[in-house]
Amino acid sequence: MGNITLNNVRKTFGSTEVIPGIDLEIADGEFVVFVGPSGCGKSTLLRLIAGLEDLTSGMISIDGREVTDEPPAKRGLAMVFQSYALYPHMSVYNNIAFPLKMAKLDKASIDKTVRAAAETLNLTPYLDRRPGQLSGGQRQRVAIGRAIVRQPGAFLFDEPLSNLDAALRGTMRLEISELHQHLKTTMIYVTHDQVEAMTMADKIVVLNAGNIEQVGSPLELYRSPRNLFVAGFIGSPRMNLISGGEAERLDAATIGVRPEHLNLSTESGKWKGTVGVAEHLGSDTFLHVHADGLGQLTVRADGEFPVHHGDTVWLTPEPERVHRFNAGGEAIR
Amino acid sequence: MARSISTRRKIIVTLAAWGVAFVIFFPILYMLITSLKTEAEAIAGISLIPSFTFENYVEVQTQRDYFKPFLNSVIISVGSTLVALLIAVPAAWSMAFSPTRRTKDILMWMLSTKMMPAVGVLVPLFLIFRDTGLLDTRVGLTLVLTLVNLPIVVWMLYTYFREIPGEILEAARMDGASLAGEIIYVLTPMAVPGIASTMLLNIILAWNEAFWTLRLTTSSAAPLTAFIASFSSPQGLFWAKLSAASTLAIAPILIMGWFSQRQLVRGLTFGAVK
Repeated sequence: MGNITLNNVRKTFGSTEVIPGIDLEIADGEFVVFVGPSGCGKSTLLRLIAGLEDLTSGMISIDGREVTDEPPAKRGLAMVFQSYALYPHMSVYNNIAFPLKMAKLDKASIDKTVRAAAETLNLTPYLDRRPGQLSGGQRQRVAIGRAIVRQPGAFLFDEPLSNLDAALRGTMRLEISELHQHLKTTMIYVTHDQVEAMTMADKIVVLNAGNIEQVGSPLELYRSPRNLFVAGFIGSPRMNLISGGEAERLDAATIGVRPEHLNLSTESGKWKGTVGVAEHLGSDTFLHVHADGLGQLTVRADGEFPVHHGDTVWLTPEPERVHRFNAGGEAIR
Repeated sequence: MARSISTRRKIIVTLAAWGVAFVIFFPILYMLITSLKTEAEAIAGISLIPSFTFENYVEVQTQRDYFKPFLNSVIISVGSTLVALLIAVPAAWSMAFSPTRRTKDILMWMLSTKMMPAVGVLVPLFLIFRDTGLLDTRVGLTLVLTLVNLPIVVWMLYTYFREIPGEILEAARMDGASLAGEIIYVLTPMAVPGIASTMLLNIILAWNEAFWTLRLTTSSAAPLTAFIASFSSPQGLFWAKLSAASTLAIAPILIMGWFSQRQLVRGLTFGAVK
C-alpha cells in the first residue's frame, strides 16, 4: 500500500521559502513524476516525503498514518539517489542486503531475497564486485535492487538517470517502467527532463518556484496546459508562443501553437516565413522559421520535408489546437 | 637535447632533495652518534666518528628503569588518542553532516584554544590536579593530552568526513539504519584511512608532548619525555647518556611511524586524490 497525502506542506530554509504550501494526493500504485526546472523545489519535496528534511509546517501521511515527525526508516519508503549513493566499501551483495540486515532478518531469508533481486535486475554475475568496478547502468541497478528488497510502500527516485548517457537513459527508463508494471508499487520520480515525465508518468506534477502549476496525466498536460509555464515546459520542441496582433485577433494576450500543430506548405498558408535552420532527422523534420511579423517559430513535419536555409514556407495552425492565454498567463478555455 | 637537460635537472633536484632530507635528519643522526660516544668524547666537540660504546645504554637502563616510563608513554598516548577519537568522531560527524550557522565559529573556537600559550593555564590546571589527586597519575595525564589534542583530532576528522558524500549516509538512513548503525556500518568504514591517520598522528603528538607531561608528573606516571629530562639534572649534563636516553625514547615512535608511513601519507592526502 502506498497512498501518500501532502497537506499544506511548507518548507523554508532560513528566510528563503522553498515550498510555500502544497496539497497533493498520490494514489496507491501510481507512477507520479515531479517535473520542473532546476531550483523549483521538486527534490526538496521528495526529501520532505522521504523524511530527509523536516517540514516547516503542514502534514504528510502515508496510508492514512501521519508520518510528519517520523524518521525516514519508519516511513516504509525506499529511495534511489541521483548519485546512486552506493556503499563503496561493500560488495554488490552487501549493498543490496544492507536494508535487510538493518531490519534484522535472518541470514537465509536475506540471501534468498538478495539473490532474487539480483536475478530480476541481471546483477547475479556482479554480486561479489564493489560498486567502483561497475558501469553507471549497473550501479543504478544496484541502487534499485537495494530499494526493492525492502518491499517499500513507495519508491522515491531523485533524478536517477541524469548521470547516464542518452542511450542508457532510454534503456533504464524502460526498465523502471517495466519494474513499476511488475511491482505495481507507488513510485514518485523527480526529473527536470520532460521526456522522462511524459513517457513514464501516470500523473505529472509540474512545479515552479515551489508551487504546483498543474497536476494531470501526460496527455492532459499536453492538450490543455493551464498556463504559459506548463505550456512552455511540456512538449518537445517547445510550444511556439505568439503575442501581439495575431493573439489579439483571437481575444488573447498570447497564443500558443505546438510545432507539430503547424501545417507546412511551400505554396500557400496563413503565415509566411523564411527557413532559418532545417534539421532533417529522417523520421521528422524540424524547421526554425522566421515568420513575418511573428518572430521565430519552430515547425515539425512528419518524415522528410525537402526545404533548406533561405527557402520560403507557409504555416497554417490547426485552429482547434491553438491555445489562448490571458495577460496573467492563464489559459482561456 | 631536451632529454639531457631533463636528466641534469633530475640529478640536481634529486641531490637537493637528499640535501634537505639530510639537514632535517642530521640532529637525529647526531644524537645516535653521540649516544655511542663516551662522555669525554661527547664533551670534546663535534666529531662524527664515535667509539661505538654501548655503555651509555647499559648505564641508562641500570640507573633508571626504561620500561616503566615506556609503558606510561604507551598508555598515555594510546589512551588519550582513543578517548579523543571517541569524542571527536560524533562531534566531527555532526559538524560535517548537519552543520548549523555556528559550526564554522565552533571549529574556529576549538582551534583558537591551540593558539593560547599553554603556560597561561598551567597554574590553575596544576592546582586543580593537585586538589583532585590527579597529579602524577596516568589518568590525569591522559585527560590533559586528550583535551590538548582534541581540537586537532576534530579538525582532521571533520576534513575527512566532509569528503564523504552526504547522500550515502542519507541512503543508510532510508535503508533503516539507526544513528549508531549509520556511524558504525557506513561512515566509519569509509573514513578508515582518515581515522587511522588521525590516530597515528595523535599518538605521535601525545608521545612527544613534553610541556604537560613534565609539569604534571614526578615519578609514577612519568613518560619517556620525563625520562629524558631526568638525565639533564642535577649532577650536571651527561650528553652521551642524554643522547642514549633520547634515542631510546624516540625509537618506538620512529619505528611505528616507519611502518605506518604509507597509511600516514594516504590519510594526509585523503580526498586530494580521488
